[in-house]
Amino acid sequence: MEPIIQITYFLTAFLFIFGLKRMSSPMTARSGIIWAGFAMMFATVVTFFWPGLSHYTLMIIAVVIGSSIAWILAKKVSMKDMPQMIAVYNGMGGGSAAAIACVELLKNEMANTGLAALAVAGGLIGAIAFTGSVIAFAKLQGLMKERPVTFPNQQHINLIVLASSVVLGILLLSIGWGFLVPLFFAAALAFGIMMTLPIGGGDMPVVISLYNALTGLAVGFEGFAMGNAAMIVAGTVVGAAGTLLTLLMAKAMNRSLANVLFGAFGQEVTATEGEIKGSLKPIEIDDAAIMMAYADKVIIIPGYGMAVAQAQHKVRELAETLEKRGITVKYAIHPVAGRMPGHMNVLLAEANVPYEKLFDIEEVNPEFSNTDVSLVIGANDVVNPAAKTNPASPIYGMPILDVDRSKNCLVIKRGKGKGFAGIENELFFKENTRMLYGDAQDVVGKLVQSLKRL
Amino acid sequence: MTEGIWAALYILLLAAFTGYEVICRVPVILHTPLMSGSNFIHGVVLVGAMVALGKADTPTETVIGFIGVLLGAMNAAGGYAVTERMLKMFEKKKAP
Repeated sequence: MEPIIQITYFLTAFLFIFGLKRMSSPMTARSGIIWAGFAMMFATVVTFFWPGLSHYTLMIIAVVIGSSIAWILAKKVSMKDMPQMIAVYNGMGGGSAAAIACVELLKNEMANTGLAALAVAGGLIGAIAFTGSVIAFAKLQGLMKERPVTFPNQQHINLIVLASSVVLGILLLSIGWGFLVPLFFAAALAFGIMMTLPIGGGDMPVVISLYNALTGLAVGFEGFAMGNAAMIVAGTVVGAAGTLLTLLMAKAMNRSLANVLFGAFGQEVTATEGEIKGSLKPIEIDDAAIMMAYADKVIIIPGYGMAVAQAQHKVRELAETLEKRGITVKYAIHPVAGRMPGHMNVLLAEANVPYEKLFDIEEVNPEFSNTDVSLVIGANDVVNPAAKTNPASPIYGMPILDVDRSKNCLVIKRGKGKGFAGIENELFFKENTRMLYGDAQDVVGKLVQSLKRL
Repeated sequence: MTEGIWAALYILLLAAFTGYEVICRVPVILHTPLMSGSNFIHGVVLVGAMVALGKADTPTETVIGFIGVLLGAMNAAGGYAVTERMLKMFEKKKAP
């Protein structure tokens, strides 16, 4: 059986890389995940034949229960909640890696200290990714407050917790006392929670991506400890790819990773913020519809508000209604609009908005100055001019969509609250900006009705 | 034994570069699906957890191994379902 297992694992590793490669281009992406899925299935089945195993009943029960729950939840959840689903499933992987490490360390039969050290390292990282992802999930799902949780000397206390888990890990290796195992994991699990608490909701995509990379790394390390090549290759590939992805995401938000992790972004900004002149000026639906109906060019800027309201279908209907009147309609997609890079693209694709109508920031920014109406749907920080004008602003330096240059601006917003970054948006107070308060789906639906009556 | 470790280190090195190369020129719109896809791929931790459970001797090890398999299965199955749902939307674009 041994050679068959090895051959299968080899193929699994190949198909994972092949699948990931195909996933990196929109046209082949779906086939990529299907290839990888087959690989996973083969690897799982063949593992039942690993020599010298017992507890088959338990194994089957765990596989069946775990995969059915996860499968059903993943199919049921709405598209807007995808980010936190990724977070939670990533956390499960980290937890699994930590569990493997725990069993290995309790058995204490590893061939040499090097392998044991890798098991400890994988356990530490896996445990951090586990609780960290769970907190990220809870924050995004609204089970706990999104705002950063901070307290005095937080960084120092976190550092102490991390240091003690490392020390416990080293003690575990050198002395091998079994009772240290639970202490070690408790410290690592606690650190995962404490590391994530001070990070605000807006930064969660970067953090989830980081935990994804960490889980990959943990899986790779446990692969070493167990002599499992499929785990080594898959884990390391994900660790490297995930790290790069994390850095790319942080870059798209113009933030450094250190700043995301330790900056406690999204706190209420204190007096440094300048006073904003002007007032918020609401507009009636019918007036807004007329404004768009007589425009030549309308650019739609979707944000997280569109995702929450599930308004993407109505938005497409609105765009089509406008186009029937001969108006040019484009969508301006900021790379970090929504909760994850590409979040808006996924939602608009779901609503069958053609690819060619979506423009990214560099393409669309020069066009705002000859745009009659910019329709901002539940976006906030990505259109905040403070990113260009106010060096004291926490988002200063982030590339934004130059909506403030368009002739008129309509903003659909749930209420008068602030965005993720917790800062006022002077765009909303501008002379040529009008506010439409309400649920995005509702407001856009009414705009369509009103336009059709004209 | 040292031989095995060195071979594994080379695998590590090459795999890390592979991961980097695969991702490095990816359009922003695919960041989320790719993160989700790589999230699925580390679900292979499931096979390790199965072996860990299969080799467990004491009740404690068995319970922890069981939890490991449960979590690993959730990672693999959930990761696949989420990614597939997301990527299905890109495929429609092929035929206008």
